[in-house]
Amino acid sequence: MKRNFLKAIAAAALTTVTLGFSGVAMAADITGAGATFPFPIYAKWAEAYKKETGTGLNYQSIGSSGGIRQIRAKTVAFGATDAPVPGADLDKDGMVQFPAIIGGTVPVFNLDGFKPGDLRVTGPVLAEMFLGTISKWNDPKLAALNPGKKLPDMPITVVHRADGSGTTFNWTDYLSTVSKDWADKVGKGAAVKWPAPTSVGGKGNEGVAANVSRTKGALGYVEYAYAKKNNIPVLALENKDGKFVMPDDLTFAAAAANADWSKAPGMGISLVNQPGASAYPVVTASFILMHKDPANKSESAEVLKFFDWAFKNGKGMATELDYVPLPDKLTNEIRQNVWSQVKTK
Amino acid sequence: MSVTATMNPRTEKASSELPSASMMAVARRQRLQDAAFHRLTQFFSLLVLLALAGIIVSLFINAWPTFAKFGAKFLWYVEWDIINEEFGAAIAITGTVISAGIALLIAVPLAFGIAFFLTETCPVWLRRPLGTAIELLAAVPSIIYGMFGLFVFAPFFATYMQVPVQSVLGGMPVVGWLFGGAPNGLGILAAGIILAFMVLPFIAAVMRDVFEITPAILRESAYGLGCTTWEVVRKVVLPYTQKGVIGGIMLGLGRALGETMAVTFVIGNANRMPTTLFSPGTSIASVLANEFGEAEGLHFNTLFALGFLLFVITFIVLALAKWMVIRAERAKGT
Repeated sequence: MKRNFLKAIAAAALTTVTLGFSGVAMAADITGAGATFPFPIYAKWAEAYKKETGTGLNYQSIGSSGGIRQIRAKTVAFGATDAPVPGADLDKDGMVQFPAIIGGTVPVFNLDGFKPGDLRVTGPVLAEMFLGTISKWNDPKLAALNPGKKLPDMPITVVHRADGSGTTFNWTDYLSTVSKDWADKVGKGAAVKWPAPTSVGGKGNEGVAANVSRTKGALGYVEYAYAKKNNIPVLALENKDGKFVMPDDLTFAAAAANADWSKAPGMGISLVNQPGASAYPVVTASFILMHKDPANKSESAEVLKFFDWAFKNGKGMATELDYVPLPDKLTNEIRQNVWSQVKTK
Repeated sequence: MSVTATMNPRTEKASSELPSASMMAVARRQRLQDAAFHRLTQFFSLLVLLALAGIIVSLFINAWPTFAKFGAKFLWYVEWDIINEEFGAAIAITGTVISAGIALLIAVPLAFGIAFFLTETCPVWLRRPLGTAIELLAAVPSIIYGMFGLFVFAPFFATYMQVPVQSVLGGMPVVGWLFGGAPNGLGILAAGIILAFMVLPFIAAVMRDVFEITPAILRESAYGLGCTTWEVVRKVVLPYTQKGVIGGIMLGLGRALGETMAVTFVIGNANRMPTTLFSPGTSIASVLANEFGEAEGLHFNTLFALGFLLFVITFIVLALAKWMVIRAERAKGT
């Protein structure tokens, strides 16, 4: 009697477990991992996509390097990275790469009596401020760029990301492009050796934003959305055409408009310091990595369906979150030239 | 051991009167149960050893490329350049040790005062609420201390502590240099103070508990001889509870060395050798927390090497504490 009862329980448990698993397998979520920079927009797209199609997206924002590691190990259907993977590496791993979203990084500061855009800097001067060779806000070079402004005799506290990040990559990519000094002494990367003797690190965009807004004389850089959300003043930055521009979706889009995507293998071009009168100089694309011959073909098909949907219907959401959606010309190119290489059957 | 011990009374019994077959069966079954239980618990405790060895070995294997490249120089090499893959642990080790040291410098006297007050001079009605408050402080998650540190403590510290201290001591030779640097509220000293807040309740709670176990008769005899409260604590309670007090301090030190989030928020996260108490630095734990997400290649291995070093430092601290206790006991014995 007792035995039978136990057997019945065991059988019931077994069926529930197997049913449970098959249930999970049926409503398969797409798995992806990588960059934190585009995480807010991927999450937003995923939410809307799930409502419409029932297919969910499980995106782990573990950082670009983590995303590259995961897709190489084939534990996820797609990886996401802010710094594009070089073409040779893509070929070696049998992967394709395409941009999915564009965003900007902005210099933020904290000086009493200065509103957003009140201060203007050129790329080389900004690089000197981050190098520490310009260490005070009333430096003659800053004064020359801002005639008529009363600049305080205050040390510049450089605030940077303490964690490795695509935002830092974008920022140092820009500084390396506009300043040879920066390129030689520091270089570009997800985390670099910050030379300014006053520099402090904050964890995440929110950490940098917090440090800048509570330290007088602070200068930092954050993803645009964080500056906007926290109302932190932004510096006006000189672009390649010699015009001073403020960040917003239009100047970001202007930077992306002139880009020649076919120039680099895997569309891995850098969008910093693009020509154009209204182009904002610190803009980056965030990229998606997929295997050409994926182990789980149906899941990869779902990934392509998801991004196809996002490119078509996700533009409004992207602008809302201060990202720039890819132009239609580019998304058509991606569909024809990149996605066609991914085997989904 | 335990098996034979439980057997003995039964065998004695067996020699005096004839055991029935059923009693023998019970005895045999219990003996088996004991043996099985002994093996099972032994296995559990071995699991701990196994996990420990596993952690050390896996840390070391992952750290090996770094140790192989830099050798012993890694310990005192002042460099942290991710792009050119030049790494040294000196900056992180310095930050870890100094911030934990500052924490102990502040927390130990405070904790001693708290324990002293609670066990010797506190009115009875206040003892329970105060003691509970201290234990509650120990239960605050470290991220809360971090948030408090960055958003509340750091601005306050910058305005009301760093700026006045610099204006008063700035001109003095050695002290002025010690308190130099940008007064932005972040840095080694700020991290040390936040850590002191965090380890204080641990040390205070342990000290109070061990002070309380001093036999009343010892205390009362001392009072009977005309000792003051201070003399009783200094000459009777402290020597009697030395082992526990050192243990409590080491517990605090262990927490201070390994603390991650709270330190990351306030230490400044600058991979530079700190030159003054106000200058930003970094600790092993906060480097690990910050950089694992985007670490690749040698950088990745180096983070494991740092983790391994933190393990070694903690181990040395614990060993030192044990050694101090043993030496103190021996000194008392002779």
